[in-house]
Parts: sequence; C-alpha cells; structure tokens
Amino acid sequence: MTNETPVLEANDIVKELGKGAGKVMALKGVSLKLVPGELTLLMGPSGSGKTTLLSILGCILSPTSGDIRLAGQSTLGLGPEQLAALRRQHIGFIFQSYNLFPTLNAVENVRIALDVLGQKGYPAAARAEEVLREVGLGHRLQNFPNNLSGGEQQRVAVARAIAASPSIVLADEPTAALDSENGHAVMALLARIAKEQNRSVLAVTHDPRTLGYADRVVRIEDGKIVGEERRPEGVNSPEITDLTKKRRKANA
Amino acid sequence: MILTLAFRNLFHDRIRLAVTLVGILFSIVLVAVQLGLYLGSSRMITNMIEKTNSDLWITTFGAKSFEEGGLLLTPGQRHQALATPGVKAVIPMVSAFAEWRKPGGGSTRVAVVGIDAEDGGLQPWNLIEGTWDDIRAPDAIAVDRSYLKDLGIEGIGSTAQIAIGRVRVRALTEGIRSFTQSPYVFTPLQRARNLLNMDGEKGDKSTFFLVQLEPGANLETVRLALQERLEGTDVLTKAQFRDRSLGQWLFKTGAGIALIGGALLGILVGTVIVAQTLYSSTKDHINEFATLRALGSSGSYIHKVILAQAGLSAVIGYTLGMIIALLILYLSRNSPLPLVMTPGLAFSLFALTLFMCAISAVSAIMKVTKIDPATVFSR
Repeated sequence: MTNETPVLEANDIVKELGKGAGKVMALKGVSLKLVPGELTLLMGPSGSGKTTLLSILGCILSPTSGDIRLAGQSTLGLGPEQLAALRRQHIGFIFQSYNLFPTLNAVENVRIALDVLGQKGYPAAARAEEVLREVGLGHRLQNFPNNLSGGEQQRVAVARAIAASPSIVLADEPTAALDSENGHAVMALLARIAKEQNRSVLAVTHDPRTLGYADRVVRIEDGKIVGEERRPEGVNSPEITDLTKKRRKANA
Repeated sequence: MILTLAFRNLFHDRIRLAVTLVGILFSIVLVAVQLGLYLGSSRMITNMIEKTNSDLWITTFGAKSFEEGGLLLTPGQRHQALATPGVKAVIPMVSAFAEWRKPGGGSTRVAVVGIDAEDGGLQPWNLIEGTWDDIRAPDAIAVDRSYLKDLGIEGIGSTAQIAIGRVRVRALTEGIRSFTQSPYVFTPLQRARNLLNMDGEKGDKSTFFLVQLEPGANLETVRLALQERLEGTDVLTKAQFRDRSLGQWLFKTGAGIALIGGALLGILVGTVIVAQTLYSSTKDHINEFATLRALGSSGSYIHKVILAQAGLSAVIGYTLGMIIALLILYLSRNSPLPLVMTPGLAFSLFALTLFMCAISAVSAIMKVTKIDPATVFSR
C-alpha cells in the first residue's frame, strides 16, 4: 500500500438519483483515494454505480452527501462553473466513445482541451503535437476522426486528456469499443501515463483484459465498494513492471 | 479555437448553412429595399427644403408640406418679417400644384416652384441644359429630364400649358424627382404667381418666406419674435419644416408606416429563420458541447462558440445580401422612386444583422446552458 498523499479523496459518498417513488440510491457511502503514479481499475457489473462514481470523482455530478477533496480542496458547495474550473485544472477525461470533435483534426481535438484552459497560439499547437507524438500518432496529426481507426481515435482522446498535464486521468470503459490489440495498446498507454508522468489514472471497466495493467483493482457492487486488491507487479507486461519498479525506486 | 470550431460547425452541414444564409440574405434585401425606399422617399420629400439657403421658413398656419402651402402670405407680412431684429433677408417663394396640359393632348399635375434665384434663396440645381438666365426669359420654365415623357414633351424648346398660361422649356435639370410624382416646374416668382393666380386676386402673395438671419443672430430668438409678429403663420426652422413634410407624406398617408412595417417583417422573418437553424445546429452538436463542458470549459466559452457561429452567419449573409441589395439599388436608379443607400444605412444594416443573429442565438444558448455534462458517459 502506498503512503503517498492522495490527489483525490472521496469520503462516504452517497448519491441518490431520481425523485419520489423512482428514487434510486446509486452510491451508498463510497470512500476511495487516488494517489499519483497508480493505475486503478474500478470494476463492477452494470448498474453497480461505476459511472456515477466516476462522474462524482470527476466533479461532473455532485454527491447527495459526502465530500470530495481534489488536490486538497473540498468540492462541497461549489457551483457548476467552479466545478468546471476544477475539472480543467486537475482532471483529464477519456470516454468510451472517444467523444472527439468530428469537425476538428487530431491536433485541433487536442488543442481544444488547452484552449478551454486559456492556452492558445503556437505553444498550444506545439504541445498538442508533442502529446500526439507521445501516444504514437505523430504521423496522423492532421487526420480527422473519420479517417482514424478506433484505436487511433482513443489515442487522440488520451492525448487530449493528458495535454494539459492534469494530476488525474479518469477513463470510462476506455477499451470497450476497441479490439484486443488496440485495447491492450490503450491500457499500456494509460499505465505508462501513470508511471512515467506520475499521474493518478482511474479506469472504469469490466474488461478482464485490463487487469494486467492495474496497480490496484477496486470492485463495486450495488453502490458499495465490496473489495480492493493490489495487483502483483508485472503480471502481464514486463514493460509495465519496469516502469513500476523505476517509479517506486524514485519514490523511495 | 472558438472561431475554428464555430466555422467548422457552421460548414459541417452545407444545406443548413445555405438555409441560414438564405434567411439572412432575404432579410437583409427586404430591409435594405424597404429602408432604401424610405430614405429615397424622405430625400425626395425634403430635397427642396434642404436645398434652400435659409435659416427659417414662414408658412401659412398649418401648412402641411412644401407642395401644400397655400398662397396666402402677404407683402405686408414680408415687411413685418423684414423689420424684425436679426433678420437679414426675407425671400418670397411660391409652390403649388397646377394642371399641365400636354401639347399632344391630355393633362397631368405638376408642382410649380416660383422663386427668383437672384434673391439667393433657391435656384434649380443640377442644370444639365440651359441656365437661370434662360429660365428668366418670357414663358420659360425648367423641368427635370426624367419627367419629359410624363409631361408629353421632347425637351428644350417644347411648349405646353400650365393652367391657362403658355410655357416653354428652356432648361433641364437632372435627378430632381418628386415624391408626389407631380414633376417640379421651376420658374421665376412673378411668372409662377401669374400661372397660379387665375382669378387675379393673389398676384402679390406667396406660399413661403425664406428667412435669412444676420450673422450672430440667435435662431430661436428670431423665430419666436417672428412668430409673435406674424399672425396666422407658422415660423419653422428648416428641420421643423422638414419633419412636418415627412410626417405629412410618410406617416399621414401611411406610406412610411408600410415601408417600416415591411422592414420589421424582414427582420422578424430573418430572425426566426436564423434562430431555427442555429438551434438545430446546436442540437446536432449538443454532444460536442457536453464534451466541452466535461473537459472543463466554462459556460461562456460555449456561448462564445454559438455566438461566433451566429456572427459568421451574419457576416456571410450580410455580404451576400448587400451585393443583391446594391444590384437592386442600381437597377432602381431611373425608376420613379429610386432606392437610396448611404454608408450610415449600410453600417446600420450590418449592426442590425449582427443583432438579429445574436438574438437568434438566444434559444441555442438556452439549450446548451441546460447541458448536463454527465451525458458524455451515457453515449
């Protein structure tokens, strides 16, 4: 178990959805900590509350009760614009359906995440190209989403998520729409981002292929955390093992 | 990136863009034509007043416009006006409708304008043939070239009859058109009196006195002094008489209301079309806006994207609309009611287009304001 200071901390989160007779308690007192340099998987069956928890951790939804602390700051009582400001400063998102802008090319899709942060002009363009090269898309900079494969689109989405150097990357089913090869490639990329860039990565998934890349697996069922396990190092990927060892050595 | 995204969103669906642009274009052309007609009419109505070299106008009480002033001001009133402190000159002028008998048969109505150019109050401008000296010749008159056909004459040397007096065209003007479509006929003061004075009782009366002030005289002080001295008259500044004439022809007749109403209709139709297309474009891109929100963009960032879309639509639509409006303007130059476009009107139309598009963006902005960024996880 790591002793690092958490970048994101959820304490006793309760979330009620719907009203009246249709009210559902999606989360029933969930607590979770995310630390830098770790890839955490949040796994659970459909309807278990995974995505609701991800939305709350990502400051998109507000909890009914409980507290979220992001980079040491409580989100309690913050309005939509303040939560948006926290998101753009601290969180990168990766979505199941990539959510790229079809009218923008790869560089522009990444630049827009910098643009909302106020980073414009040549430095933003250079940074967008840099992260696209990092994710192996240096040869696809000017391609539009409809000219990219699913795996390439997801890598553009990863580049967009990390372009502004957020401390947390939240991924919603990042491999669900990908074939096996691309799924592994994207997970390896997320693991590398966690290790090399010392970010905290949380991926919601029910894809067992992703297990080999995780430092930690949190299981959720019926709105409650039912289990948490740390993964043995390098189960499936020698590359990841090396990266993990390097990071732990550096932290020691 | 805001402009890039707005531009790409706009051009992503070319058919919808075309519908938007047609809406704006239609609106701009309609408003430009209506306001162009309004301006053209206003200029025609006030042209004669504007061209005079006078500070004040003395009219009979309640005179409605330049053409409808009556023939009631007396020489005695002129002398009273001349004796008023601050008055330098009082120039008599005659203006009235009369019947023009065409040499080939038939008749039409003309507006006779009688004044002596030597007095410095007004003289026919844009003379393209003949001079004021030619107009001073016996029976001589000047008419506008554009009305030759309506008057049933050929040009210089043609003769006709006004009321019971014979006249001969000695000079031609260009571009002096009449809103009433009764052509102006310029002639010296006394000849006009003779032509209009069929019963011989009004041989020395006038329709208006054009008042010129001494240098340094206070306009309002002199105006009030004249008004006090001259019973049964109105003493008006040039602007007041201009407004009264406009009110008479444009608003009491309903012509101006129809033109302004048409322009408002154009604005309304344009706004509705642009609003509808912007709203549907926003709805189509709603997932992208939700993604932007999830990425942490502020509400104002998204509003700017929509406003930029509206602004781009406005600029393109305005440019196309103005091209067509200017073409119509060019084609109308020889019509009885030529359209007028001024830099001020062109700028106002641009501002109006931007305003119309910004208003149109409201429904789209309201739509994105309600976006729940959590929807990005449910796709």
